[in-house]
Amino acid sequence: MDTPAPRLQLTGISKTYPSVVANADVDLTVLPGEIHAVLGENGAGKSTLMKIIYGVVEPDAGTIRWNGDAVTIDNPAKARALGIGMVFQHFSLFETLTVAENIELALDAGAVDARLDARIREVSERYGLPLDPRRHIYSMSVGERQRVEIARCLLQEPRLLIMDEPTSVLTPQAVGRLFETLRRLAAEGCSILYISHKLDEIRALCQKATVLRSGRVTGTCDPRQESSSGLARMMIGGDLPHPRHREARTRGDGALVVRNLSLPADDPFGTDLLDIELDVRGGEIVGIAGISGNGQNELMAALSGERTLDVADTIVLNGEPVGRLDAARRRTLGLAFVPEERLGRGAVPEMSLADNALLTAHRQAMTRRGFIRFEAVRAYAQATIARFKVKAPGPAAVARSLSGGNLQKFIVGREILQGPRVMIAAQPTWGVDVGAAAQIRQALIDLRDEGVAVLVVSEELDELFEICDRLAVIARGRLSAPTPTRMTNAEAIGLLMSGSFIVGDDGGAHAARLERLGAH
Amino acid sequence: MRIRFESRPEPSRLMSWASPLLAVAATLIVGFVLFSGLGKNPLEAFYVFFVKPVENRYGIGELLLKASPLMLCAVGLAAGYRANVWNIGAEGQLTLGAICGGGIALAFHDATGAWVLPLMIVAGAAGGMAWAAIPAWLRTRCNANEILVSLMLVYVAVLFLSMLVHGAWRDPEGFNFPQSKMFNDVALLPNLLPETRLNVGFLLALAVVASGWLFMARSLAGFQMRVAGLAPAAANYAGISARRTVWIGMLIGGATAGIAGVGEVAGPIGQLLPSVSPGYGFAAIIVAFVGRLHPLGIFLASLLMSLLYLGGESAQMALALPSAVTGLFQGTLLFFLLAADVFINYQLRIVHRPASVAAAA
Repeated sequence: MDTPAPRLQLTGISKTYPSVVANADVDLTVLPGEIHAVLGENGAGKSTLMKIIYGVVEPDAGTIRWNGDAVTIDNPAKARALGIGMVFQHFSLFETLTVAENIELALDAGAVDARLDARIREVSERYGLPLDPRRHIYSMSVGERQRVEIARCLLQEPRLLIMDEPTSVLTPQAVGRLFETLRRLAAEGCSILYISHKLDEIRALCQKATVLRSGRVTGTCDPRQESSSGLARMMIGGDLPHPRHREARTRGDGALVVRNLSLPADDPFGTDLLDIELDVRGGEIVGIAGISGNGQNELMAALSGERTLDVADTIVLNGEPVGRLDAARRRTLGLAFVPEERLGRGAVPEMSLADNALLTAHRQAMTRRGFIRFEAVRAYAQATIARFKVKAPGPAAVARSLSGGNLQKFIVGREILQGPRVMIAAQPTWGVDVGAAAQIRQALIDLRDEGVAVLVVSEELDELFEICDRLAVIARGRLSAPTPTRMTNAEAIGLLMSGSFIVGDDGGAHAARLERLGAH
Repeated sequence: MRIRFESRPEPSRLMSWASPLLAVAATLIVGFVLFSGLGKNPLEAFYVFFVKPVENRYGIGELLLKASPLMLCAVGLAAGYRANVWNIGAEGQLTLGAICGGGIALAFHDATGAWVLPLMIVAGAAGGMAWAAIPAWLRTRCNANEILVSLMLVYVAVLFLSMLVHGAWRDPEGFNFPQSKMFNDVALLPNLLPETRLNVGFLLALAVVASGWLFMARSLAGFQMRVAGLAPAAANYAGISARRTVWIGMLIGGATAGIAGVGEVAGPIGQLLPSVSPGYGFAAIIVAFVGRLHPLGIFLASLLMSLLYLGGESAQMALALPSAVTGLFQGTLLFFLLAADVFINYQLRIVHRPASVAAAA
């Protein structure tokens, strides 16, 4: 044999769910030591394919060959026994346990012994993933948690490692470190399946790419030889739109002013907000960058009124102190808000689009003496669908039946059509396909051009650089002073994201105190 | 080949209305087996249970008479249930309604004005609301579980009524029986259908059910209650107050149950007794769910539940079956309904293993 058998070979894999074809006749070949990208938009079938490989989902048809032999992978334990490891996008770690305890829980019985701590140290150092086995998960940053997940896989000496959107939670600097680790692993012969929709990363890291669209393979290529736009065309079947952007023309004083906002988290693993100061003026977009879990949720809840504050003056909306007002009353004063979660928060999944329009837009003459004017509701929903090009059968369509991107367009549109004076959007394009994302960004820019104050919280640095006039960073519950976008760059923002701007940082002391309280 | 439950892409609208019918059918099958096992002719038993009670005008009157408190309580409970406010204490709120309404009747025993009856109804609704306000307050203030609090308050209410009719409100000329004076004519609901006991309370119940529909389906507040039940985070996002939801849900349930209580003491009973309800407040929970928390469904389900009450009595007399048979049918019906409801969100699927993968294994 001249060439070794492929590490993994999928032939004709299909999986159909009641409402959607997740994978149709997918072929995929991964060679030993290859870093292989699986590229596709949200909903293209990447995750289903990976779950099939990891034994979580059973395919309807197709064969799987492992090192040349046909295999059936019924469950994740079987996958692990074969040598397949997977790092999920959403971590499955117990926050109250230590690194070693978490890893021990995941190992199959028999693999655990007294030398576990030493083995964790050894593996983590060999691959450049420094970890203290005795630290508790809750005291760790997201990047550190990902290291735990990776170390957990590496202890089982995998021959194929699946990474599902690993960089969505990392700073640019941490992404660099992760790539080092992955390259070292590949050099030792471990194959890596790298799932992402970020074209630049794939071009920097991977030797081969399989592109999925609507559950089908639309091409395989060497991403190093392709341009980003070439990859994008394979991924979305068209060209990437670019936003139109005019010069900022700010008007008047701050439409949204936050002064000295400190708020203890209401969840034991939440983040306390400390001394947040922020001004957003009409006619500008201010962006807040940061790794998720650094206080974004708490800040959004405080600004939207989902959590009310004790002091009214802390948040001022168009000159009115609103700290003590609930979300409904802040809306009457001209606030609109697009939350991070679409289903269950921004929209009621079981309800129609019309009902979901009524949810926040009922002040738009949708009621008469407490009773609903259904014609007005339908008209509003229809107008939102038409103006924001929402792909939906009509106002009667159930929110859950829409794709993520279309529902998000509907929610953004519903908020915009209320004619807000301040618009807050959290992760407005998270999990949204490229076309819809561009449309949403354009809508936010148009809003700014009309003189609305816009605040955008996002983990996607590219997005923030594209649309924002000023950028601030949130880290450990504190907000950096906003900088004009053109006077900064990704490196500088990345540094801020690690908390470098925090003066008199007691984060280290806090961690040390937790250490002493731990099981030493 | 395996059979497994698979979640539907979206809840089946068909199943959500077919499920109560399936539950009724399954209950009838259990009834068939049960009657056969007891050595009764099942067909005759069915006749006695489900047809005989409503063969004549009097029977129809009884059916509507007993359906009235059931639909009253159920429609009020449904308003709360849609918002995930679990008021289990309608029986207690009904009892308080009977006490307050009855108290008016006794206090103005010699009055002759037409205002007595409306005042009784208002007092009854207020009494039910006051009783429901206790769990609402404890829930919003101390986060106490309203299921437990409202349920426990049922027993307090029943014992309170018992204390009154054994003591302060006992009829001095009643030969020491634990019952109040008979109400005066102005404190009784006028008859609606001659030769039956049906009174205008039935019309009142229908009006309340219709208002319940208006509230739930047409008003912004009703819509917001539904949002609170379906997606609490979305309700919070839209600024719908969780406290207000709990208060509205509990108070509506309390008010309708209180009116039902007045309907009983100012209707078929005509005085205060130690017990004013054969468990209407509890049966109404089943009625609310069998009726899909929808006022029209509740109207139909209350007729069915009323028929079960009448059938149980009829079966006691004609077939010498114990009175427990009514409760048995109620419980069986709810049991099958909950089971059939699984199919609203899930479907059975027969799974064939993929041929090629199986062959390779």
